[in-house]
This record gives sequence, C-alpha cells and structure tokens, in this order.
Amino acid sequence: MPEQLIFGMEVFLNGLMAGVLYALVALGFVLIYKASGIFNYAQGVMALFSAMTLVGMMNGQVPFSHLINAVFGTDIHHFGWHLPAFIGILLTMAIMVLLAWLVQKIIFKHLVNQEPIILFMATIGLAYFMEGFGDLMWGGEIKKLDVGIPQGINLWIDEATYNIFNYGFFIDNLDIFATIVAAILVLALVAFSQYTKQGRAMRAVADDHQAALSVGVSLNFIWVMVWSLAGFVALVAGIMWGTKSGVQFSLSLIALKALPVLMLGGFTSIPGAIVGGLIIGVGEKMFEFLVGPMIGGATENWFAYVLALLFLVFRPQGLFGEKIIERV
Amino acid sequence: MKFKLLAAAASSIAMATPVLADLVLPWMSYRTGPYAVAGIPLADGYADYLTLLNERDGGIGGVPVRLLECETGYNTEKGVECYESTKAEGSLVYHPLSTGITYQLIPKVTADGIALHSMGYGRTSAANGKIFSNIFNYPANYWTAASAGVNYLLNENSGSLDGKHIALLYHNSAYGKEPIRTLEELSKKHNFELTLIPVDHPGQEQKSQWLQIRRERPDYVIMWGFGVMNQVAIQEAANVRFPMENFIGNWWAGAEHDVIPAGDVADGYKSLVMNDTGSDFDIYADIQKYVVDAGKAAGAGDNLGTVMYNRSLYMAFLTHMAIVKAQEISGTADISQADMIKGMEALDITDALMAEHGLANVGPAFSVSCENHGGPGLGAVSQWDASAGKWKLVSGYLEADMDLINPLIQADSQAFAKENNIAERCN
Amino acid sequence: MLYREAGDFKTTYKEDNQTFPIKFDRYRYYFVLIVAFLIIPFWINDYWANAIFLPFLIYSIAAIGLNILVGYCGQVSLGTGGFMAVGAYAMYKLMTAFPDVSVMIHVLLAGVITACVGVLFGLPSLRIKGFYLAVATLAAQFFLVWIFNRVPWFYNYSASGQINAPERTFFGVPVTGANAESWATYLFCLIILTVCGIVARNLTRGSIGRKWMAIRDMDIAAEIIGVNPLSAKLSAFAISSFFIGISGALFFGVYLGAVEVGEAFGINKSFLVLFMIIIGGLGSIFGSFAGAAFLVLLPVLLKNLFVAGLGWQPDLATHLEFMIVGGLIILFLVVEPHGIAQLWRLAKEKLRLWPFPY
Repeated sequence: MPEQLIFGMEVFLNGLMAGVLYALVALGFVLIYKASGIFNYAQGVMALFSAMTLVGMMNGQVPFSHLINAVFGTDIHHFGWHLPAFIGILLTMAIMVLLAWLVQKIIFKHLVNQEPIILFMATIGLAYFMEGFGDLMWGGEIKKLDVGIPQGINLWIDEATYNIFNYGFFIDNLDIFATIVAAILVLALVAFSQYTKQGRAMRAVADDHQAALSVGVSLNFIWVMVWSLAGFVALVAGIMWGTKSGVQFSLSLIALKALPVLMLGGFTSIPGAIVGGLIIGVGEKMFEFLVGPMIGGATENWFAYVLALLFLVFRPQGLFGEKIIERV
Repeated sequence: MKFKLLAAAASSIAMATPVLADLVLPWMSYRTGPYAVAGIPLADGYADYLTLLNERDGGIGGVPVRLLECETGYNTEKGVECYESTKAEGSLVYHPLSTGITYQLIPKVTADGIALHSMGYGRTSAANGKIFSNIFNYPANYWTAASAGVNYLLNENSGSLDGKHIALLYHNSAYGKEPIRTLEELSKKHNFELTLIPVDHPGQEQKSQWLQIRRERPDYVIMWGFGVMNQVAIQEAANVRFPMENFIGNWWAGAEHDVIPAGDVADGYKSLVMNDTGSDFDIYADIQKYVVDAGKAAGAGDNLGTVMYNRSLYMAFLTHMAIVKAQEISGTADISQADMIKGMEALDITDALMAEHGLANVGPAFSVSCENHGGPGLGAVSQWDASAGKWKLVSGYLEADMDLINPLIQADSQAFAKENNIAERCN
Repeated sequence: MLYREAGDFKTTYKEDNQTFPIKFDRYRYYFVLIVAFLIIPFWINDYWANAIFLPFLIYSIAAIGLNILVGYCGQVSLGTGGFMAVGAYAMYKLMTAFPDVSVMIHVLLAGVITACVGVLFGLPSLRIKGFYLAVATLAAQFFLVWIFNRVPWFYNYSASGQINAPERTFFGVPVTGANAESWATYLFCLIILTVCGIVARNLTRGSIGRKWMAIRDMDIAAEIIGVNPLSAKLSAFAISSFFIGISGALFFGVYLGAVEVGEAFGINKSFLVLFMIIIGGLGSIFGSFAGAAFLVLLPVLLKNLFVAGLGWQPDLATHLEFMIVGGLIILFLVVEPHGIAQLWRLAKEKLRLWPFPY
C-alpha cells in the first residue's frame, strides 16, 4: 500500500478521535439550547471551573486561599488531605448542581422570554464572572489532573498495524478512553430523554414552554436539571482535556472548537453533536494533512468553521437541527 | 462615576511629584491570563530581588527602590495603559515581558526618553544601538538563540549537520516566527533540511503536528513555544515516543511548569538558556533571611529556585548593576531616566561582579556598548532530570554565528530606520 | 419643564425632519460638541488620551458599525475582530506604499477595502440566520487572522510579522507614530467619529435604515412588500464593515502603533464589541456610544479603585475585575435587557413630562 494512503488512514482515525473530544464539549451546549433556547457561551468556562474544582478537591486546596491570605495576612494553602478521584468527582458534581441552581435562580429566572441574544449575552456575563471566580477560588497556576486515565500510545494497535501495514499507527489511549466515555454518555443521555419521565419533560420544555407548563411540568426544575446535566458533561470534558494538557485558563478555549460542531450538527440535536464532531474532526485533520503543507499549515483553526459553513449553505439549520419554520 | 475617576486621576497626578527621592522601577506582569503560569514566577523574582535590596541595603546607593507592578495579562492595550500610567512617576526602565507589548512601546519609549530592556525577547534588531537608542536586549536574543542551538547540534554531530533534518515547532505568532529567517539561512549554510511546523494559539491541540513529526522523523525538533503549547508538546512528544534528548525548546519553553505536568516521560528534554538556574546561588540565603522569613515575599514563596524566578532575578540584577553604573557616571544617587540609559550603555558584567552579589556564574560575562545593545548573544543548553526534578547545564555558553546574524540585524534595523526616519548615532 | 416642547413650532419641512427636533436635545448636542472639540484638547494628557479617550472614540466607531449590522439589520456577526484587522492591514499597506498621501485618505480607503471584504463574507447571510450566522462569521474571523499571519506581503516581509505605523501628519501635525501629541490624536479620532456618527444617524433614519429594520423584524414580510433582501443585507454588511474598518485602521495607526494580528484582533475583540452594543442597546446610535464608554471605562476605573485606591495586589484586582464586569453585565441585563439606550429613552420620556407624572 502506498505510504501516503497509510498515513492518511492514521490521520483519519485520529481525526475521528479528535472529533469525539469536540463532541463531548458540544454536548453541553446542545443540552442547554434544547431545553431553554439559551446558547451557553459559558460552557467552556464551566469545563474549566469544574476541572479546577476537581483538582482542588483532590489535592485538598483551601478555596480562596490567595484572597484569605491577602486580607488576613495568613499563609494557608492546603488542608493536607488527598481525596481519591471518585469522591472528588462526586463532590465536584454536587458543586456543579449547586451552581446550576444558583444560575437558574439568580439569572435566568429573571430573563424568561427575552430575546435569544439577550440570553446569550447573559451567559457571556456568566462566563466572565466564573472565570474570575474560578481563578480567585483555586488560583491561576497550572494544575496536573490525574484521575487514572491511561495516556500514551496504544501499544496493541501499534503492533497490530505494524504487522499489517509495516507502519505502526499512533492512537492515544486517552482518546480511546474518551471515545468510550462519550459513547456511554450519549447513549445514557438519549435513553434518558426518550425513556424517562424527566427526559420527556425536558423534551416537552424544549418544544414549547407554555404547553409544557400547562401540562404541569415545572420549568424551573427542568432548567436546573438541564444545567446540572450540562455541568456534568462539562466536568467530563474538563477531565479529558485537563488530563491532556493540564488544568489552566486555555481550557476554556475548547468551547471555540465545539462551535463548528454545533453549526454542523444543529444546535438542538444530541446525535447531531456526535456526527458533527466526527465530521469536523476528520475534515480538519485530513485538510491539514493533505492541503496544509501547501499553504503553510496551522489551518485547523479556520477550516473547521469553513467546513461547517459549507454544510450550512445547503442545510441552514445544520444536519440534524430543527428546521426553522418561519411564519409571517 | 466620572467624578471618582477625576479624583483618582487628580490624586495620582499629585502623587507623581516625588516627595522623597526614590528609584522607580515598573514591572508589567501577567499574573492572570493565558501565560499566568510563567508570569507569576517572573513577577515574584523581580519583586523579591528589589525587596531584598531595600531590606538588606536600604536601596541602591542609599536611595530606596519603588516597584510599580501593573497587570497586563499579556494584553497589548493593557500594556499601553500600564505604560502611560507609570511613566509619569519617573520610571527608569521597562521590562514589557511580551514581544507584542515591546513592539508597541519601542517608538513610545524612544519619544519619551525612557529605557526599555527586553532581555532575550522582543525585537531582535534592537541589538543595533545605532538605530535603537533606548532599547536593549542583552545578553542574548532570539536569532542568537537559534544559532546557538544549531551550534550545539553541530557540536553533538562532530561539526557537521549535512543531510540532517531539523523541524521547528513554533507558536504561530510574531514570537514564534522570530527564528525562522535565521534558521533558514543556517540551513543553507550547514546543509540541513528545515521543516517549519506552526501551532496555532493556544496550542492545546497538537495531534496533527506530532503525527507529522512522527511520519517525517526529523533528527531534532526545536520548539519556540510559550504557555500551554509547551506542556502539550512535551506530552505529545512522549506519546509519539520522540526521543526527548533530541527535543530542544528555547528559553521560554524550558521551565518547570512545562515539564512537570508530563511527569517522568519528560526526562531528558532540553532547553536553551541564557542564564543558569537552581537554588544554589548565595543570594538565596539572603532572600530567605530578608524577604521570605520577614514575610515580604511577593508570591506564595513556592517559586524560589525555578527557571522563571531565576530569570527575573537575573533581570533585576542586571537592572541593579545598570543603576549602580548610572549613579557612578552621573555622580548622584537619584538618577534620571537619561542617566539610566547611559548606565545601561556602559554596563560591564564581570564574573567577580556576579559573585559579589551572590549570583556567581548565573550568566556569561559581557559588556554593553553604544553600538551593541544586544550583548554577546551566548546561549547554553540545559537538560531536565525528571527524577531529581532539576535542570542541569549540559553545555557551556555557546557563541552564535554572528557573521550570519549581523547582516540580518543590520537589514532589519535599517528598514526600521528608513520607515521612521531615524538617523544613526554613536558616530 | 426643562424639556419643553410647548411653543416649539416648526415652519419648514427641514426643521420638522431634523434629527433632534426638541430644542433641549439640540442644545445638549451642541454642548457636547463644544466640550469635546474646544475644551478637552486643552486639558488632555497622554494617560487620558491613551487609556480612556482614544479607546472610547475608536470602539465607538466599531460599535456603531456593528450596531448597524446587528441592531438595525438583525444579522448577528462575530467577525468584528477580523474586519478590524483588514482595516489595520489595509491602512498599513497604504501608509507604507503611498507615504505622501494624506493619512485621512488612507483611513477612508481602509474603510472601503474592509467594506468590500465585508460584502464577501456577508454572502452566507443570504442563506443562514440567527446564531448559525454568528458562528459562520467566526469563519471570517479565524480565516482573516490566519491569512494576515501567513501571507508575508501583508506585513512587508518583516521577520516577525508585526506591523508598525510610521509617522504621518495631518495638516502638518503628526497623528500617527510616537511623536504624535495626545491632543492631535484625540482630535483626529474625534473628527472621524463625529462624521461617522452623523452619517450613521442619517442612514438609519432614512429609507435604507428602514429597509434594514424591516429585514430585522420580519424578513419574509419585508420581502413581500418589496424590500430586496440581497441589497439590504449586503449593504448592511458593507456599511457596517466600512465603519469597522475605519476603527481598525485608527486602532492600529493612531492608538496602538504596532499590532500583532493574533493578539490584537482575535475573537476577544469580536466579543468585546458585541458586548458594547448589547449593553449599550441594540438598534441605537446613542447606545453604541454608551456601551463603548461603559466597557472602556469600567476596567480602568476598577483598576484604579483596587490597585491605586485600595492597594490590592494586581492579580487579585484583575480576578475581581472579571467578576465585577460579569456581574454587572448580568445585573444590567436583568434590570434593563434593552441596554443603556433604553434607560436613556425612559429618562427622556420622564423628562419631557417633568414635573408632571404623566
């Protein structure tokens, strides 16, 4: 087999894996948009905040230590304990639920029925606030996140493909793990929304708020639930990306990677997020591999958006999104 | 709202007239933002050195030193605001710590008559003191770094890189593009193949780039990165099993926070340095006694001895020596901004001087002159020992290929002079 | 009582159609102009110019531009940073290629070039709507930033890729470069802003403004009554990009003097200008000014308060600044979702009847 083709296959597989990681971030957006029509710009910052909280919990950091030390002149930094990852995740989840409840109570309850752009703006304000709050609470230095996920090249695949193609494919263990987790997450979410009472209530709210209210669905409860779910998805995304590159400010920028996925898959579809993620992941990596060297490289940033744009021209609501029915 | 601002402005203007003589040193820090992880130890080192001077010696020449820290978050507009708000206080020298802010400030400090020291970063051609009267970048800059790196590789390969393949993994910004021209010239001269691999900001995702490196199997990878790009690159290099000892980062890609997140797999990673690091310097005893134990440390005190902390200690030391020289030349302890420039131009750092101030062998001995604001352009290579958790120098201070670099500096500075109608000085 | 309309009769169509029909409004406008043109230049210094006035003036122009696109025509765009970059690089190439032409012409030409680019990237709006369009304009943002980084012709083949504004004069007074005095740069930007403001106000009051608003409110109905969506949307993109290009050219040439495209014109810039118009008020020229003032002054004020006033450490102050800005944005939106302009309108309504309650 020609070498380029083998390289191409390797890039293709890696593209699929990258796409899964993007889709993981996009899922949070989809959940919130589906249920409340809010485009949650703060999703990236939520991923960062949840990752920082997890690391802080696991390492026994004192929250707000910098502020406390500055105001009271003390010098405390750590409680001294180390929590195992599982308990850390549970505690962080509890904090994310609390955050969801607060966000709903303080912000979005007062903004019901406003235009989408106002709601979007509110999430931007939330993003700013949480960024400052997260830094204040846990500090801005980089932290290492280790919940026990395997990293590094998958030796089994390396050997197997070496025997077949005479060139060992590089697939990262972390990516494989992330793919499995994402698959489980999507299946769980789809099952939840199709087969449970609360899931059906969520879909009812997504369809029409007034109608859902009239059949007795508590809007507040559904919204808090949706934000908590989005928080959980953000935590998972934060763990995956944080393990790859450390927990620090740049983690919030992964939201930018998820936006083309949303465009392509449609803002309101969970399977769309996955399919969109795969298409974007593969498209971006293959373009970089094939065309990148000719035009100087580093095309990944903009090509994802251009690809999504091309899809949108033919299907303006994304591949799986709800068709926008306009009435005059 | 406006009234409060007026009051604040009025009070700061009133405060600008100095009641007591003091030496004002501004510091543009980035303790927040995408590069905070490097910015925090950099800010701590400079601040701690100046605190030490005030506590131990009562200042420089008897005049206390006043540090004005201004947070820029590596943002150019905030850098402008910081500059404008601190220059009226009589700031002696600016360390912008960001190539973007440096380019911004170069014409401004020249018009305002203040010195700017961009140690090992910023506009490389500012080494030409004939054109850039106020800008200094001693003891080394990016072009000499690239050349010193290539010279190190030449030494490793018995003087010949013929037929070898070197890849440059660079941050896709002005900073990352700096060494490209030099490396292209060097590749022609020494006949090695050069591949340029850009990484988009912030560099969180480098899978494609490292797959490319894995396919093409270059002999060496040189990295010009900053921030999260470094950690991810080292992790990915370990993942694709690229031999760490053939992976050399520049001096902003070789700090503890870059290698520790990857753990043991980062063992053997190399980095270019312009100054030595570690906690073995004698000055640390003084810092411990006068600064940390007295509770005046700038940060949490956990950065002492790290690469970035030592780098800014070195910056502070060079500033200190320049002020001493300026005081000598002008005859007064309360020097002016013009005196500072003269002091920096007459700077002569000897081994004895470094030892006297507790920083023996922190860097090479060198001197600055009117024509040469860039110092000798020496760089060394240090290697990370993951088990010991320390960086160790694995080479001496290597010279750069100045025959190749000087014409490039001349060309770039002449272009700047032409664009801005600057006449040559030092004649 | 103050805002009297009684006794204010119009006798010509011209008087009836003027922008500020109420005398109080007119006099207020003249007063602001007098203070801005005749008083501030004598009092301004480097810090005030560079930290407060210049960013305010320049961002106001960008906010007016974006407001035309988003507020009046309803096309959400996140490509502002990229278009400002086009303006800046166009200005740079023109300044270096034609050093003898007046800098004002360069600024206007930079705007025209940006308008052409804006029309090109506005084509997707004919097919895509709402937030999908917003994310599509991000393609423009990232692509433009990439291209200015990649193609060396744009930065005149310099080694680092940064562009520097050479010194240029306007009627003999330097306005770009380091030797430009603060009053000169301030007046230069102020003149351009005043002209832009008048042009924008009259465009939005005229038939093209009404076409834009028709498209924004209900574009299918607008099409039915004869508004051509192609010309309306593309003209909105063109004119909006013209203003944004001018602001980008001034941002580079007069305010910063040297930019690096990734850092200065990144996505943060796009979001910043969007915040300004949302907080200021969509669909309002006054709102553009108000939003720009709010977002330029607030960080400076907070920094002065925390660092200079209370003496806190700069990084704590920055974290708190983020929290306060975010909190204020949310508070603002909860209290008045239509922005500062709506508060202003309400205040004027009350003032027209004052001291009577209704």
